[in-house]
Amino acid sequence: MEYKLKTPLTAADAARLRAGDTVLLSGVIYTARDAAHKRLCECLDRGEEMPIDVKDAVIYYAGPTPARPGQAIGACGPTTSYRMDAYAPRLLELGLRGMIGKGRRGDEVVDAMKKTGSVYFAAIGGAGALMASRVRTAQLVCYEDLGSEAIRRLEVEDMPLTVVIDSQGNNLYKEGPGAYLETIKTECP
Amino acid sequence: MREIDARLITDTVARLCIEANAALSPDMEKAVRTACCTEPWPLAKTTLSTLCDNLDTAKATGLPICQDTGMACVFCELGQEVHINGDFEAAVHAGVAKGYTEGFLRKSVVKDPIRRGNTGDNTPAVIQLRLVPGDKLKITVAPKGFGSENMSRLGMLRPSDGEQGVKDFVVETVRLAGPNPCPPVVVGVGVGGTFEKAALLAKQALLRPVGSHHADPYYAAMEDELLARINALGIGPQGFGGATTALGVQIETYPTHIAGLPVAVNISCHVTRHKEAVL
Repeated sequence: MEYKLKTPLTAADAARLRAGDTVLLSGVIYTARDAAHKRLCECLDRGEEMPIDVKDAVIYYAGPTPARPGQAIGACGPTTSYRMDAYAPRLLELGLRGMIGKGRRGDEVVDAMKKTGSVYFAAIGGAGALMASRVRTAQLVCYEDLGSEAIRRLEVEDMPLTVVIDSQGNNLYKEGPGAYLETIKTECP
Repeated sequence: MREIDARLITDTVARLCIEANAALSPDMEKAVRTACCTEPWPLAKTTLSTLCDNLDTAKATGLPICQDTGMACVFCELGQEVHINGDFEAAVHAGVAKGYTEGFLRKSVVKDPIRRGNTGDNTPAVIQLRLVPGDKLKITVAPKGFGSENMSRLGMLRPSDGEQGVKDFVVETVRLAGPNPCPPVVVGVGVGGTFEKAALLAKQALLRPVGSHHADPYYAAMEDELLARINALGIGPQGFGGATTALGVQIETYPTHIAGLPVAVNISCHVTRHKEAVL
């Protein structure tokens, strides 16, 4: 299925998405990767409020290149998601509804997704220039000292995504290659 | 003795950093576009088509192809009849700083592997210097992204593991990597030498034109066989499934010790970049 969705992403939005669906996502999303996740969780450890509200929010695992004058953002494709696995369940428990990245997730993340009804999307890894063309505005939120790893608020329009793991735990990385290989078997008995 | 000014090295490295990140070499671009034409699985074909669109967008906007503009691997072949006026390594690092700053490239290097802390200008480079006959200096800049670098492996196999052991290790490395390194990948393989030599060979294999073959027909056939086995894994572009998991497998070899069979597999993504200049 193909969907056009807007953030904030509700529980109902997430519930109908299935692994393999494609989504054009519009609205506000936040970038955060390794160092920013570490700081967000340290913030929670200290009992402080996080600098972003993750309820029904979507976090994009990305660290863009610097914007040239006149451009909203530089190249901004996804980074590999498993490095955020240590932090993601905690944010999901607080209401985070969507994560955008690339690559496999650990069982602890998939379990938390099923429990909280959230979705893991893949953006096309390495398509940094194309992703930049879908970003209308980019605004620094916090952790400027982290450079590319700072948290940024992006307004995106029709960002092309693929649902990799849905809220029931179905996984395109497991099912996709298998489905392709089945067709090879039937063609070459 | 020929003189080369260190400032010329800095300017050349800076230019190569920017150019390498802006456009693929013709062989890589052709490999991606050809795969898009030949891929039979619909979702895989759409995904490859997106990668082609991305290359077009990068050309039209001047944006880097990928936001991971890499750690700068700089390979230098220095003619032994050249004298460099100035500090060679400092000139290379300065070139990386200049290129990554002026070219709006991402600063992705931290100053300490455990304590972290961004260096702010993508330095230092990883420099490999060889002294060769002649009076030229060849510089190759290969920005290496870490989505794929993290999926690389090195194995110290037993001599009895032989050809089969080497082939299985390469295929297993790509299988374990799955969707993480942004397939379709280019697979650099180093066989032989010592622990560090095998790793360097694997990295150097990625500098060859994609689809080129080892001069020895034995290894050339192994490259073809490995490419076929890897593409039969079905991982496909981005790991969504499909026929195009790798665009090329390139093997480099070196004599080794009677007791050893080192194998290194350096995975690179569909944005495998390098740019050369000869001074």
